[in-house]
Amino acid sequence: MIALPAPKPDILARRGEIIAALRALVPGDGVIEEAIRLKPYETDGLSAYRQMPLAVVLPSSTEQVATVLRYCHEQGIRVVPRGAGTSLSGGALPLADAVVIGLMRLNAIHEINYADRYAVVGAGVTNIGITKAVEAEGFFYAPDPSSQLACMIGGNVMMNSGGAHCLKYGVTANNLLGLKFVTIEGEVLDIGGTYLDAAGYDWLGLITGSEGQLGIVTEVTVRILRSAEGARAMLAAFNSIEIAGAAVDAIIGSGIIPVALEFMDKPCIHACEAFAHAGYPLDAEAMLIIEVEGSIAEQDALLASIKDICARFDPISLKVAESAEQSLAIWKGRKGAFGAVGRISPDYLCMDGTIPTSELPRVLRRIGEMSDQYGLKVANVFHAGDGNLHPLIMFDANDADSFRRAEAFGADILKLCVEVGGCLTGEHGVGVEKRDLMNVQFQTHELAQQRAIKSAFDPDWLLNPAKVFPLQAAPQPAMAAE
Amino acid sequence: MMIAPPDEAGIIAAVQAARAAREPLAIEGQGSKRGLLRPVQAARSLSTRALSGITLYRPAELIISAQAGTPLAEIEAALAEKGQQLIAESPYFNAVFGTSAPPSIGGVVAANLSGPRRITWGATRDHVMGLRFINGAGEAIRSGGRVLKNVTGLDLCKLLSGSYGTLGVITEVTLKVLPKPETSATLLIETPDLTGAIAALSAGLGSPFGVSGAAALPTQGHVVAALRLEDFAASVAYRMDKLATLLGSFGAQRVIEDAESREFWRGVREVAPLAAMPEDAIWRVSVRPSAGPQIAAVASAIGGRVMLDWGGGLVWIAASPNMANHAAISSAAQAQGGAAMLFRAPEALRLAVPVLPEEAAPIAKIGARVKEALDPGGLFNPGHMRAA
Repeated sequence: MIALPAPKPDILARRGEIIAALRALVPGDGVIEEAIRLKPYETDGLSAYRQMPLAVVLPSSTEQVATVLRYCHEQGIRVVPRGAGTSLSGGALPLADAVVIGLMRLNAIHEINYADRYAVVGAGVTNIGITKAVEAEGFFYAPDPSSQLACMIGGNVMMNSGGAHCLKYGVTANNLLGLKFVTIEGEVLDIGGTYLDAAGYDWLGLITGSEGQLGIVTEVTVRILRSAEGARAMLAAFNSIEIAGAAVDAIIGSGIIPVALEFMDKPCIHACEAFAHAGYPLDAEAMLIIEVEGSIAEQDALLASIKDICARFDPISLKVAESAEQSLAIWKGRKGAFGAVGRISPDYLCMDGTIPTSELPRVLRRIGEMSDQYGLKVANVFHAGDGNLHPLIMFDANDADSFRRAEAFGADILKLCVEVGGCLTGEHGVGVEKRDLMNVQFQTHELAQQRAIKSAFDPDWLLNPAKVFPLQAAPQPAMAAE
Repeated sequence: MMIAPPDEAGIIAAVQAARAAREPLAIEGQGSKRGLLRPVQAARSLSTRALSGITLYRPAELIISAQAGTPLAEIEAALAEKGQQLIAESPYFNAVFGTSAPPSIGGVVAANLSGPRRITWGATRDHVMGLRFINGAGEAIRSGGRVLKNVTGLDLCKLLSGSYGTLGVITEVTLKVLPKPETSATLLIETPDLTGAIAALSAGLGSPFGVSGAAALPTQGHVVAALRLEDFAASVAYRMDKLATLLGSFGAQRVIEDAESREFWRGVREVAPLAAMPEDAIWRVSVRPSAGPQIAAVASAIGGRVMLDWGGGLVWIAASPNMANHAAISSAAQAQGGAAMLFRAPEALRLAVPVLPEEAAPIAKIGARVKEALDPGGLFNPGHMRAA
């Protein structure tokens, strides 16, 4: 289990006074203190970890966020920012002495400008909510994490979220123009704007993906893009992981950049097929879903080229969608992959390492061996174009030993990702989950450099404590989370 | 005096020596952008020019790594051999700065300079997947890595990109690359004025046809709006037809292809129409595209000439190098919610005015702490971005 820092006793002792002060700053029903109403905030997408917070505040404006932060800073109160609470790395896990600042009430769309192709939205607008707001005009917001129905743009910025289509459109960081950003001292800053390449240091780039360590984002200016004329998928199934990997290399080598290039291994194919009945070939060792964009004629031409390439690798099955409906059917299994695995196992951990794509066969072979060692099943989904691997480790949360083994298995996979030249996390963030593995990827002085930059924004380390950075050799005794 | 160590250990030794002696260093690569920003006040310069060579290139993984001093042209040539290219179309500003020094890849990243493709495919900083740099304590720091998707820890790649050597000495960079498109074609539309040209560019960029370059060039009596398509030949042919139909009402059209199209965009990338008059200063203004014409109007009022890229959102202005012109352009940019940078000017003007816009006090305060965290002795490029 991952240790959380000991709560500050003086803060716990002053809970009533702190809640009264917060109520004065955020009038109405914006402060939550009753245990039953705090319960939904005790965890996020990493539900194995739970901790009730001191209180939850739900500000309805940037100014309220600023006053709450100013107060917490003055009083030395720790703060945990929260969007929709979908983090898979425990990025929004509370602490017993921390105030959770929930941003879901900042859910207004402030401006949409089609001529200049941007939208200004509150941090609490959902990812899909942006696309919904602009799709009637043929536009969309590109990054599409699989939690996009629920997750909020403020959280996307904090975690630099990706999705299945980043191979062509990039991740969150590549689709932002500006932020309204509140420092721990309660200063409201405009970072970037409505234009490209702000002058001076790239604060926008540094803040994006900083996991709530530097400040709180209340408003986001995103780029909106015109959708392609259409998109269509194909499915290609192969006899081995190596062969599927070689097919991916050949597709990229041909000069075609599909908008999505997804890889599933056999256990994943089986889980998804049982769940979605998408018509996936059950005898395949590996399967690719490849999506291209353009007019019907362009789609035909690209899919024909990709089909020809795949045909050189002795495929078990090649299926090109003939219509948008068939395309959806191909995607249905993949989009439901996490739910499908949830159906065959009471619990699973979703890992998120990235590897050089050439290492895929070796990494999947090693994961298979580890699966035997740990006695836990694993299914692998992989954004094959960009090397982002999602092993889903199946375990039983009611069995403490099973959870312990699952965590150890996950850590071994991530160490392997780093060993082959990759990294701990491609899109889910370090959070609390991978915090103690940071020493695997970074040397001590490199982490010290990152900490020093964090300190420049948050000198007292009040913002989202116990995430991202390993706890320092603790001056206070550490306490295990339940 | 210039120090140009042959390896990273030499860079570290030079930084440590400067730290011990408390002597600042001017940090540079090949020196091709020495005319950019404020002149650095340092007796010694530390160059990465001798750190040269591609260290890793995996075409199938769309990744290339090179030591910081590697000439941009060497990287482009290696990529071209495998049918690939740098995504952000990094400019050579040799004509702008009147130098024959070849730009280095480290310098391109340190200045985060991007060409026309930036409007659709992102800036240089968007494609920096990994960096090694030496901080002011003389430590080698890595950020990012050699994979395309990485959110592990704070993104120092972005912080260092565009920091002009003031936060660390970049020794190696890893960039995402993409296949070079089979062909390129450009639709040229003769529009009556800048507002019409920007409207045409906006309509093109808001179309589903994947416009990868959108520039407006005022010429005698009208403005040429240029929209580029890059893809497989069949796609370019199809999309050009659709795009031309869509934009039919904006003015007379002409299409240029292949070499002619590439040459046209090289000119846009390197600001060729403005660079030729060495006595003029050059400003680079970034605004939302529809504000481009207002910026251009202010430029005209001071007797300046303009060209616009990035759909109208990047306004290049050439005008007499004086403080009044700088003030007029800076306040116009600010009024439109954008930012102006004095890009080329005689040293005296660069020392006399803020070459970059001032930051708001709270962010400047954090910025000073971040600088202190990376370069505690204030060794690197003092006074380069802002007066001390």
